[in-house]
Amino acid sequence: MASQIMRRFITSNKSRLLTNPNFRHFSSTTPTITATLFPGDGIGPEIAESVKQIFRIAEVPIEWEEHYVGKEIDPRTQSFLTWESLESVRRNKVGLKGPMATPIGKGHRSLNLTLRKELNLYANVRPCFSLPGYKTRYDDVNLVTIRENTEGEYSGLEHQVVKGVVESLKIITRQASLRVAEYAFQYARAHGRERVSAIHKANIMQKTDGLFLKCCREVAEKYPDIKYEEVVIDNCCMMLVKNPTLFDVLVMPNLYGDIISDLCAGLIGGLGLTPSCNIGEGGIALAEAVHGSAPDIAGKNLANPTALLLSGVAMLRHLELHDKADNIQNAVLNTIAEGKYRTGDLGGSASTSDFTKAVCDHL
Amino acid sequence: MARRQSLTTLTRLLTQTRTQTRSVTYMPRPGDGTPRQVTLIPGDGIGPLVTNAVEQVFDAMHAPVYFEKFDDIHGDMKKIPESLIESIRNNKVCIKGGLMTPVGGGVSSLNMQLRKELDLYASLVHCFNLKGLPTRHHNVDIVVIRENTEGEYSGLEHEVVPGVVESLKVITKFCSERIAKYAFEYAYLNNRKKVTAVHKANIMKLADGLFLESCREIATKYPGIEYSEIIVDNCCMQLVAKPDQFDVMVTPNLYGNLVSNVAAGIAGGTGVMPGGNVGADHAVFEQGASAGNVGKMDMVEEKKANPVALLLSSAMMLRHLQFPSFADRLETSVKRVIEEGKYRTKDLGGNSSTQEIVDAVIANLD
Repeated sequence: MASQIMRRFITSNKSRLLTNPNFRHFSSTTPTITATLFPGDGIGPEIAESVKQIFRIAEVPIEWEEHYVGKEIDPRTQSFLTWESLESVRRNKVGLKGPMATPIGKGHRSLNLTLRKELNLYANVRPCFSLPGYKTRYDDVNLVTIRENTEGEYSGLEHQVVKGVVESLKIITRQASLRVAEYAFQYARAHGRERVSAIHKANIMQKTDGLFLKCCREVAEKYPDIKYEEVVIDNCCMMLVKNPTLFDVLVMPNLYGDIISDLCAGLIGGLGLTPSCNIGEGGIALAEAVHGSAPDIAGKNLANPTALLLSGVAMLRHLELHDKADNIQNAVLNTIAEGKYRTGDLGGSASTSDFTKAVCDHL
Repeated sequence: MARRQSLTTLTRLLTQTRTQTRSVTYMPRPGDGTPRQVTLIPGDGIGPLVTNAVEQVFDAMHAPVYFEKFDDIHGDMKKIPESLIESIRNNKVCIKGGLMTPVGGGVSSLNMQLRKELDLYASLVHCFNLKGLPTRHHNVDIVVIRENTEGEYSGLEHEVVPGVVESLKVITKFCSERIAKYAFEYAYLNNRKKVTAVHKANIMKLADGLFLESCREIATKYPGIEYSEIIVDNCCMQLVAKPDQFDVMVTPNLYGNLVSNVAAGIAGGTGVMPGGNVGADHAVFEQGASAGNVGKMDMVEEKKANPVALLLSSAMMLRHLQFPSFADRLETSVKRVIEEGKYRTKDLGGNSSTQEIVDAVIANLD
């Protein structure tokens, strides 16, 4: 695990010479970066506190600008997120988001949908790697799922044709497919990954998934150093549960991406441990913890901050602060591997603050 | 004290008889033993190999089944010939190897055409742990019942403007109702306790919402069977973490494809899971999940394809044809071969050829 991180660190250092507006460059004395933080609801504030503490002790040059979900609907965004919050993310270009519970009701958009549409977040990246020390049935998972986040089956365009017959539209466009394929290959190159696999069902959905594949092939030609393959989704599902080491980077349209990324999260231990990062146009990166807000343990100092921490690490990698990212990631992994301080969902009995302190000690 | 002793003797007797797995015989009507004709489609890739395995085993068992073979059906044909449809309509039962679906190329899948033509609206895959086959997950016994005719596989796609393509997913109350009915009926007839509906209705509110509505309605008619619903991404996660919580799963078309492949993968792979498609009048039996998968060229050349899935599906077919004793003998033999572990194909960790497995199964028939 450590050798892999070192290898990735060295190759990603080489690729820092890429002049790409999506990746930022820093000199040795990095100025403080402002990042937006959405602590969220439920256990959100506790784990956000945990992240802030660890980042402070690790001396990460980030200043947090906190925003909370409002209690009333902002007419400018038609949701509980205020215009100021969104502007803040657009300005800072980096953000970290805790779990948000969308209030039930009508007349407003879901919070995740608002963020996605307003910030044009087109790719969802989930690096899934087995946590050493937390034993699941799969020990050597090391893959990244990149999912197209704006179109596909989740366009929300449904209608009832006649009573009892419903149609739902799945839309695939060249522009969106090219965009996500481009990001996938750039990510692979920047993080030293060797292979990109496009997941599809083009044997049945010939035009839609066919267009997606065509775009992936076009982008693949521009990156001859990275191997490209196409895998039908049923084969992919079966191979993932039998032998997940066969995959490296997976790029997929929306629906398959949703299912496969959750499947991969399940392989490594669940959503409570999985980091996730949403990439938007103009280099915006919003890392988030994908688990729920767990209102039943909110405020009791029992929550597991690992997902938000690892998402923060993903955010640091996007900012190319690789040494800090590695430091924090190793600290978290070592704490879990040691087994002395594990929160309830991992089978231990430590509190959030104990776990945080243990991670700080490991830095 | 005496009661405990009699209890232990009772359990010992029960476990002893279980290893023989002979079903209680049914009382046939005179003439039920007349040989039945079944359509056989060898198919592409490893298809001919595995269907040949079935033919050999049936021969050895003297099963009252004879095959009407259709060697010339291949995945890249544009349309299914009328003769094949005629044959299946006459025989009512068909067994087939995989038919390859070419990627792109404008040819619609032959597997799909067959299902739509014969209105085989339910696809069934039985995923279970085989004794002796090491897997990461235990206590898996899941039946995935998947709607087979509509949903995302309607094949209705068009290019709106260059660079923008639309595909229609169609869900109708009629199809959703009949698949839900089939799922609950299956659970009732096979003594299954739970039916779980898999959906994504939080996003596709109307389409999957309609599917769920139909399932809920049918669930009220079977109060003895527990009904629950689960979102498809959570479902895949739970399958990987705790598969023993699932029993029968009913799904629309696309999710069924994914869920059945995940379930097959955790229980040992698509090479060993039986399954089939059934409609009101006809039934087509084939390898459980991933019917369009015809294996790689080297498997065909070296003749090392895994015939277990099709053999177990043919046992299901024998029960469907009301020859339960033959079905039991075939299943017991196949399970014994897997348990012994001497003859296993590459996907199960061994290196045997198809013929070796067939010989072992025939040798183990009692």
